[in-house]
This record gives sequence, structure tokens and C-alpha cells, in this order.
Amino acid sequence: MSLITTLARLEAVGSGRAQPAATVRHRHLSDRPLVFVPLTTAGETGAPLGALVGTDRDAPRLLAVPQPRDRDLRFAFLADLADIVLPYVDAYAASVEAAERTETDPETGKRVKVEAELCADAPQLIVPSRAGLDFVRLLGRSMRFRRTAEQDPDAPYPAPPRVPLLGRWLTHYGERSRVPGSSLLLALTEVLSRHWATGQSGLEDQHLGALLAWIDPPDGLTGAEAARRAELERDPAGQLLCPPAGPATDPAFDNKLLAPAIERYDRARTALAAAEDPLEADDRLAALTAAERDVRDLVASRTRPTWDAVWRGLDLLRALPAGAQVEGRWTRDRWSFTGHRDRVLAGEPPQPRRDDAVTAANKLATREREQGRLEAQEALDDPLVMAGRRLTGEAFAGEVTDVVPAYSEGKRPSPRPLVTVRTDDRPHLAERAKVYRSLNGRPQSAEYVGCEGDGVLVVRILDKMGRGKEPEPGSVPEKGDRVCFTLFEHEQRGGAKLPDPEETPWTHGGPPGEPAPEAPDTVTEEDVL
Amino acid sequence: MTTVDFDPGAAAGRATDAILHDTLHGTERGVVVDSPPGAGKSTLVVRAALELADAGRPLMVVAQTNAQVDDLVLRLAEKNPELPVGRLHSSDADAYNKALDDLPQVRTSAKAADLSGLPVVLSTAAKWAHVKVDEPWRHAIVDEAYQMRSDSLLAVAGLFERALFVGDPGQLDPFAIVGSEQWAGLSYDPSASAVTTLLAHNPDLPQHRLPVSWRLPASAAPLVSNAFYPYTPFRSGTSHGDRRLGFAVPSDGSGPDRVIDEAAESGWGLLELPARHTPRTDPEAVRAVATVVRRLLDRGGAATSERSSAPTPLTADRVAVGTAHRDQAAAVRAALAELGVRDVTVDTANRLQGREYDVTVVLHPLSGRPDATAFHLETGRLCVLASRHRHACIVVCRAGVTDLLDDYPSTEPVQLGTLVKFPDGWEANHAVLAHLAEHRIPWSP
Repeated sequence: MSLITTLARLEAVGSGRAQPAATVRHRHLSDRPLVFVPLTTAGETGAPLGALVGTDRDAPRLLAVPQPRDRDLRFAFLADLADIVLPYVDAYAASVEAAERTETDPETGKRVKVEAELCADAPQLIVPSRAGLDFVRLLGRSMRFRRTAEQDPDAPYPAPPRVPLLGRWLTHYGERSRVPGSSLLLALTEVLSRHWATGQSGLEDQHLGALLAWIDPPDGLTGAEAARRAELERDPAGQLLCPPAGPATDPAFDNKLLAPAIERYDRARTALAAAEDPLEADDRLAALTAAERDVRDLVASRTRPTWDAVWRGLDLLRALPAGAQVEGRWTRDRWSFTGHRDRVLAGEPPQPRRDDAVTAANKLATREREQGRLEAQEALDDPLVMAGRRLTGEAFAGEVTDVVPAYSEGKRPSPRPLVTVRTDDRPHLAERAKVYRSLNGRPQSAEYVGCEGDGVLVVRILDKMGRGKEPEPGSVPEKGDRVCFTLFEHEQRGGAKLPDPEETPWTHGGPPGEPAPEAPDTVTEEDVL
Repeated sequence: MTTVDFDPGAAAGRATDAILHDTLHGTERGVVVDSPPGAGKSTLVVRAALELADAGRPLMVVAQTNAQVDDLVLRLAEKNPELPVGRLHSSDADAYNKALDDLPQVRTSAKAADLSGLPVVLSTAAKWAHVKVDEPWRHAIVDEAYQMRSDSLLAVAGLFERALFVGDPGQLDPFAIVGSEQWAGLSYDPSASAVTTLLAHNPDLPQHRLPVSWRLPASAAPLVSNAFYPYTPFRSGTSHGDRRLGFAVPSDGSGPDRVIDEAAESGWGLLELPARHTPRTDPEAVRAVATVVRRLLDRGGAATSERSSAPTPLTADRVAVGTAHRDQAAAVRAALAELGVRDVTVDTANRLQGREYDVTVVLHPLSGRPDATAFHLETGRLCVLASRHRHACIVVCRAGVTDLLDDYPSTEPVQLGTLVKFPDGWEANHAVLAHLAEHRIPWSP
């Protein structure tokens, strides 16, 4: 935790209210996000219990599985989910604009610009918490390899149409959310805690109710009191007033309310199956419907508070103006969305179970580059973030007290003016360290020359001054200007191109070859039963 | 403790001969050499490079940093001034050490094509990754292979047919700045070390080990070997009487002077400050480190070693300070500047890797901390800090680290399919602290 975060958290404790950790919004927010509040069944991995999902805060769609262990009902849930999510995705996939993309020409090996389609906007999925992200990935993994009756008439348990496709989209969104700064799939707790520092630990910040209690406490309560109430307060029946944001549910809810309701449903279903005449069946069907409605009501009662909290959190975030470079990062998200759309349209197979060596290395390289880019852009977009970097010695801001024209040696001397900056910051500058400042949105580099006393630093400007003998007007700071130099680079260099997967070298096991179909549950040495 | 029949020179020579034999005449595509701190890794790399060049095999050398590449070029030039050498560098300004320009046999270029045909070409892994060739090099030497990431090897492995991988498994593992748990357990996990991936896919490659540390004194080798290399022990190339550290100015009885004397006598010293939770840049500990350095230089130290019969003065360039974090290093630099000390290297463990000094002063990574995170417990970090010295190592630390270790057992999630590294940081830290406790001097001004 950086010093400035520690300070903000201490101030939050002192004032009883979360403190801003950013002055602008660093993530893109869609005008029409799809909010997804899933619940899962305790003790059964990947068995959804229900969800609230939709784009209209006043009219969420409730999906519930009255018996989560019944795989037919689970498939029905997933098919319903696909019917909500996929039309939403398709609406964005259809609207495109012309764009340019650089590609390597396969014949000449040169980088050339090619015309390409880029989706004008991309669907955005919001889940309440980090555990929700994992659940999206889990759902994606559980669906994308399923076969529908259409794809494979012999499949023993065919999936409803469109379910595998939903799995591929959720997998893509789950993978994309691992890229720093991406906004296709956001966990609200993570976005909120990026923008506010509360007086509780990072772990406690993962509780959406407690986090919102700190950021926007109800009248008359401090953040700490409101957060404590959100975490602990129960009604006379012993149920939490602020249910956890899921997907896991509160054990008291599972034991006292959910388990009896599911059991009633099971009994009603058994009774219906055993009905002997139509009249009796009618009555028992009514009982079954009532039992099913009970489970639905229970799911609604646990997801609706979270649903409302998510929208409240989005309101709080929307009140912040977007950072200057958020749009640029969203364009990358749109490219990512368009790319996956094209892969689906081209009939490519679903994402493999495991990345091959080259794909894994490429993904890691991309994410590291995006992490560096994100850290630099957030600091440049937001003086509060920059203050944190200044405090750790990675940047300095101050007033220009002197500018001395100077020139490089050589046949054609170029301007290399010396700029003296008075600063209160304590940057960790090594001899001849490179520093950068933003000049109309583009980085201008300079070199640290020396220190002329306490807080008086001299740097030599190196570029972006035009081709002439004298620097272009406005390209060199003037006496009295406020400047901010960073020790970190503003733009990330592209990494080296890795070999194609078919050319994986011997050190990494050679080419992966054709994916061999794998039995769903291979017998291993450890299998003793 | 050196047994009479152990001849370190002969043992090291036998190991080197076996490595060179496998490299030049072996049938496998790769040879892996594990080298403990100061075991002559660079000497081995230079010798292997010269022999491969003599055998007429075009050789590429992959190192991890520009400083390492320049160092290897200078060593090659020193050993064989006749051998034409290529230094491939990036197109940045100051991409390489300007001393290379004075060597007529060294050709420098930012383009690999300019250097084709030279018997040896050296560069960093990052630069090699941008090189495209039609015909791969017959042989490569990969230096510091344990500090190289698997994805970095993936980018360059297509450039060579066979390779010698040399590195120190006990130093800091490579790291990624984003999470990579997703690939944990895969044999080609891109964030793992290059050697881990290489051996996972090629388990039959010959593996060698250099058995003697020429840097570490007889007082340090057993501790470092036991604490950090429990299954691959090594020993010191010198014995107890071979190295001595003496001071012209007698002790003034203060804590710093007493710990300096203790370290000069025994090779280790622990200057213990009273227990306290502090910020990372603990002002008292930083001042204590700076004072120890100041006194080291003021007291007219002289080091006697097997290298020469006459004592050499302990000057600022023979002393280094090691810390865990960069802000700690910056704080120590500032404190040293206040005391008027210049030219003493102060850096983090990551940057001190591969360096060697007569005396090191270490700010213990866990000093004053309320918790012990995986970063601070990393075995390699402590190993680097405790193995940079030829004579003595002085550790400055707050009391209570032993309790801290016991309060915070390692809680990293277990990943299926990953190799468990031994020893873990918790155990290594305890081993080092137990030894240091015998050389403990409480702080007194």
C-alpha cells in the first residue's frame, strides 16, 4: 500500500467517510451496461441458484433454479441467460464503423495498414464483486465445450442451442477482465475501491454493502458504523439485512430458508409425478408452482438489494468525469470485442482449455504492457494519482525558475535547453536519468543534469522541439511555468514478436500439435475407487 | 573446517572440464549449469565462449542486462584480444559501455546483419528477441538463465540449435508485474524461470554444478550453503586464515564499532535495534546503516586475501549497502550523503545480483515490519543480500523478527503442478537469524 493510500485511509477513519483516491473516473462506463448479479449453490461448484440480470435498473429479469442439482433445470437457466445476454451482445456486434488496423503483410513481412471493421460500441458486463468475475469465468468454462443437438446429434446430453455460444462470450469477457485497465467486464467493488479509499482493509472492501456504506453513509451514521451494520445486522428471523453480494450466499439463509424451500419443491415434484388422475395432478401442479415461486421469491429477496446497490455504485461513479485517456483504452476493448465477434463468425472452435506456450506468453506480455500503460495514463489523467507517484519519488512537479539555451555537439547542433525546476518533491533521480513530461498529450523526454541546491533540479530537454536550430515556440517550458516531470515512461514499447505456435521451440516442448480430444474424466494413478 | 584432502581448485577444475566436455562434444541440445554465488560463473562463460569460438562454431551469448553483456565483452577481450567480438545493442542513446569503443576487435551495432560472420555475438535477451535469422546459430550461451523468464527464452530459442544455460538457482526468481496464477502448474508457465521450463520439457539434459565459491569466505559459505542450497551444498575456495579484515583505528565502544569488530573477526555481525513497528524507511535503522558505513571507512580498514600478500585498503567502492525496497535504498543514500559518504553502492537485492564487494551492510528485509509478505520472505532476496561479500556482512535489524516469522507462517495458496521450492523463505530466514544471533551487538550510539 502506497503512502498516499495509507494517508487517505487514515483520513477516512478520522472523518468517518471514504476519501477520494481519484479525481476522475479511470474506467469506461457504458450508457447501457448489462448488470449481472448471480447466486451460486453452496457445496456444488458451478451450480447457479439464480440471478438478476438486465440493462434496466427498474426491471431486472429474475432467473432462478428451484433445484440447483437438477441438470435439466440448470440448462434451462443457462438457456434463459443466453436469451438475455446474447441479444444484448448481438445488438453491439451489428453496429460497426470503418477503422484501420496495422497488420504484418504475410508476403513482404512489413507492417501495413489495412481497412477493418470496428464495432462502434461494445457491450459492458458489470458484476458486483471479484468473486462474480470468477463465477463468470466458471460459467464460461462449463458451457463453451458443450455440444448442442444440432452440432452433434449423438451427444448424450445435448445443450440447448446458444448455450455454448454464451460460454464462449463469457470466457472472452472473463479473460479480457484480466487485462489491466480493460472495462468489458467490471467488478463493481474493484472499480469503487480504485476511486475511493475507505477506513477498512482491502479484504473488507470486497463487501459491496460495506464499501458503499463508507463511500455514501446514510444520514447520521459514520462509515464505520454503517459498514458494521451492513456486515452484521440481522432481522428477528436471523437473516442478514444486507445480503452478501454473492455469488455465495449466507449460510443462515441457506439453512433456514433455502434448504426447506428446495425440499418443499422436491416433495411437490415427487408428488406430481406420483399423481394418479388429472384432477389430483392439477392440484399437485399448483402446489409445485407455488413451491417454485417460493424459491424464486427467496432468490429475488437476496439479489435485489445487491442489484440496487450495484446501480447506486454506478451512479456514484458516473458523477466523476471520465479521465482523458479512458476513451482510448475503451477503444482497445472494442477491438477485443470485435476480434472475438469475428472469430465466432468465422466458425473458429471455442477457446482451448489451456493456453499453449506462445499464447500464454503473448497474453502475459500484453497484460504487462497494459499495466504499465494504465499506471502512466492514470497518473497523467489525475493529479491525485500523480501526487502519489510524486510522493514515492517517481515524479516531481514545480516551477521553472530558469531556462538556458544550449545546443548539442556535432555538425548540426540541435537545441538542448537546460531547464531549472524548483520543487518540493524528492524524486529518486540517478545520474543522467531520463525524465518525461506531457507536451500536448505527447511525451517529451529530458535528462537529469544535476541538483543546484535543495529542491532545485536542472534537466536538459532532448526532443519534440522541431527540426530547426531554435526550438519551436511552446516546445520548451518558460520561466514561471508549472511543469511536472515523471521518471516513468508515458508510452509502452511494443514487445518482440514471438514465434507462431506451430514454431514453438524445443525448449518449450515443440509445437502443440492438433488438440487431441480429452476424456472428460481421465483415469489417473490416484483413482482408487 | 576444510578437510585436508579437499582441493577446491581441483574440484572446480573437474566440474569445469565436465561442463566443457558436454558442451563441446555432448549429444544433447542443452547443458544446464547451477552455480552458487561467486563460483566463477562468468569465468566459465568466458572460457566456454572461447573454446566454442576456437572450435569454429558461431556463438551467440544471451545475458539479461546491458551491464552483464558489457562485462562479458570486456572479459572476453581481456582473455583473447585477437578474437573478433560483436556487441549487438539497442538503438537507445548510451546503449552500451563506451569502453567497448576503445577495443579494436569489438564491433558494435544495433543491427544483427552488421555483425554476421563474427565468431561471437553478445546481446541482451530483450534485444535478441527482435532478431530474425534464416540460419540459426550453431551454439548459444545463456547467462543468468535462472533470472530469465520463460517467455523471454521462448522469444530467442529459435535463434540457436544448442545452448549452455548458466545461472544461480538461489537468487531472485524472475517476476511478472501482473498476476500469472492462470498458468501456474503449466510446464511452460511464461512467468517461471527459463530453466524450469527447459527442464520440464527436456528432463534428460545434463546438469552440472560448480562446487566451490571463490567469493564467499570460509565463514560465510557453510551458512549460505546450508540455508539456501540445502540439497546442493558447496564450499568456500579459501580457508579460515586466508582472509583477514583489520582496522587501524580502534573501536570507540559504540554499537557500530563493536559490530564492525565482530564482523571483522567472524565474518558476520548483527546490529540489533530495539523492537518496533516502523515505516519502510525506518529513520533509526537507516541512520544506523549509514553510521556503520561511515565508521567502516573512517577506521582505516585493510583487507588481506589470497589475491595479494599486502593488505588492500577498504575503500568506498569495496563496500555496498543492500536493501529490499528502492525507497529504502534512496533513504540510505540520503543519510550517507548527510554523513559525507560518497561512492558507496546502495541498491536493492535485485540490482545487487551478480555483484561482489569486500564488506556489505544489509538492512534486513523484515526489520520493523508488522507482517511478513511473500515478497519479504522470498528466499532469493535474503540469499542475494547475504552472499555479496568477500570478507564480512553486517546486518542491521530491529529485534523481534524471529517472532514475526512465527506469527506469519507462509500462506501462499498451493498451486497444483508447480515445483515446490526448497528451502522456503521462512526456513531460510530462521536459519540465517539463528546464525546471526551468535554475532549480535545491541545498538548503542
